[in-house]
Amino acid sequence: MKKFEKLTSAIVPLNIENIDTDQIIPARFLKATTREGFGENLFRDWRYNGDHTLKPDFVLNDATYSGQILVAGKNFGCGSSREHAAWAIQDAGFDVVISSFFADIFKGNALNNGLLPIQVSEDFLSAIYTAVGKNHKAQLDVDLEKQTVTIVDSREQADFEINAYKKSCLINGYDDIDFILNQKHLIAAFEQAK
Amino acid sequence: MSKTLVEKIWDAHVVKSETGFPDILYIDTHLIHEVTSPQAFDGLRKRGLPVFRPQQTVATADHNVPTIDQLLPIKEELSRYQVDMLTKNCAEFGIELYGLGHPFQGIVHVIGPELGITLPGKTMVCGDSHTSTHGAFGAIAFGIGTSQVEQVFATQCLLQQKPKTMKIEVNGTLGKGVSAKDIILYIISKISAAGGTGYFIEYAGSAIEALSMEARMTICNMSIEMGARGGLIAPDQTTFDYIKGREFAPAGAAWDKALAYWKTLYSDADAKFDSVLTFKAEDIAPMITYGTNPGMGMGIQENIPATSSQPGKEQLSYQKALDYMGFDDDSSLIGKPVDYVFIGSCTNSRIEDLREVAEFVKGKQKAENVTVWIVPGSKQVEQQAINEGLDQIFEKAGFQLREPGCSACLGMNEDKIPAGKYCVSTSNRNFEGRQGPDARTLLVSPLTAAAAAVTGKITDVREMLTKA
Repeated sequence: MKKFEKLTSAIVPLNIENIDTDQIIPARFLKATTREGFGENLFRDWRYNGDHTLKPDFVLNDATYSGQILVAGKNFGCGSSREHAAWAIQDAGFDVVISSFFADIFKGNALNNGLLPIQVSEDFLSAIYTAVGKNHKAQLDVDLEKQTVTIVDSREQADFEINAYKKSCLINGYDDIDFILNQKHLIAAFEQAK
Repeated sequence: MSKTLVEKIWDAHVVKSETGFPDILYIDTHLIHEVTSPQAFDGLRKRGLPVFRPQQTVATADHNVPTIDQLLPIKEELSRYQVDMLTKNCAEFGIELYGLGHPFQGIVHVIGPELGITLPGKTMVCGDSHTSTHGAFGAIAFGIGTSQVEQVFATQCLLQQKPKTMKIEVNGTLGKGVSAKDIILYIISKISAAGGTGYFIEYAGSAIEALSMEARMTICNMSIEMGARGGLIAPDQTTFDYIKGREFAPAGAAWDKALAYWKTLYSDADAKFDSVLTFKAEDIAPMITYGTNPGMGMGIQENIPATSSQPGKEQLSYQKALDYMGFDDDSSLIGKPVDYVFIGSCTNSRIEDLREVAEFVKGKQKAENVTVWIVPGSKQVEQQAINEGLDQIFEKAGFQLREPGCSACLGMNEDKIPAGKYCVSTSNRNFEGRQGPDARTLLVSPLTAAAAAVTGKITDVREMLTKA
């Protein structure tokens, strides 16, 4: 799995709530059998018109905004369990997603792929939008070890929560399968006892 | 110590619990399908691992399959490749596959229960968020991502934090024309599309206990639509009667032993839930959604809530949803013309749903402006519908009975709703583009869908029931 420790980057603000995984990657693009290439269809129906031309108003098509941090409204990633949503976001060049609330399955999928979901307060989310409103290239500083996210321009800082085990997985680049496989003897014993 | 039902089942499946780490949870049954499994099989190959317990894994093809001419080669190349890949992977790793042409093929959450694979007290997972459906039997069942599918393949276990528990009680008697689908749409409209996040929900109360197994599945199915990983209902005589005699259900001495265990599966009287909500069945009307998430629902006679009544920060997203749907706030949906009616999906494609629709439409005709698709949940449901003559009723009414699959619920196959069209649907998600790019979905019960099919517009089915 991809490692994550620190990141300083500009952001792409997507100020919409309840962004479901069907928006992130519509079902008709889930036919690939590998993990690569989904970024091309990230937010497909918001990015493209029916005739495959770009929708210039959509933030991902606006060259003003760039960076490896996606910032979105509450309940991000609700709906379908498709891990393709996390793959698509990562494939499009993002390493961090910030929201005031994440859907469970999406959050787990992101963490299992080295894509860091950071939950912040509504107020801090507003502060990020304000900062990027003033300066489109405003940067955030993300430090996983310290569990902080900082708006570089204003030095406003928020702490974020992350499960200690998941944190060490991200920092070391190992995954749940490695962890469980090391304890496989316990599983056979459990089955015997059942 | 007293425990909730979730805690009883969870604790019986913990292989290892260590402070600072998620539990290692043993998974009894792993259901898989063509869309979320190929990358997991690839992962196994890269690690050089077999499927650890192939006999506890069951596969079907459902998401991507056509719903007409299923025995012909799939026309769409990528879909065909994905379905072929499932066949190849199952053969290579020794997994039983109920693929196209098999009498057990169907939507994964329909076939598990009907084959007696879904049982009380089990832990069950699938790379599909509607795995919560199986909770209707008193099982811990939840949707997982593909990395976790690989985990279960490799170890028959998952690393999981023990969830918080919520009890939702619905007491009383449902009114005429009101069904399980209306109960769950009502609950979601009250607690929002995120209101259950972090919880496992136990549904209880007299209105829930009175429901059939299939109706209970409809309720548990949509737990994920309020953000909950799973929902479950304590097993009772209704559950046991449903299971007995099914293909893979325990029989003989094994049945007696299983039954004795199943009877211990209930929340202790003084068990503590992290949250408890109570609703009255009498307050629930036939429901309909007006927006682009399942929380945006209302009684069919109500007006769409005003944008100005929404919290300030949410008004932008709310208005965006209404614009997408082409609806004005503070207006009624009654009488709005409908283009498509879809009766199907893991929420409402079982025989009781089809019977209810058939009984209502018998002797009636669909409206000219509407295309009606009925997509049964499985080959067995399809066969039963034919055996009972429901296919004849549908044909006379102008409804098209298709072959089993997920179909227009998510529009992965050819069954897509065209841009801008309105689809009254018995499925579970009204997200933008869910049923096709720019398609507009209104979620309802099978009965309300049948009423829209007949009148060609959004209709309060209760008015048609009293006339009859």
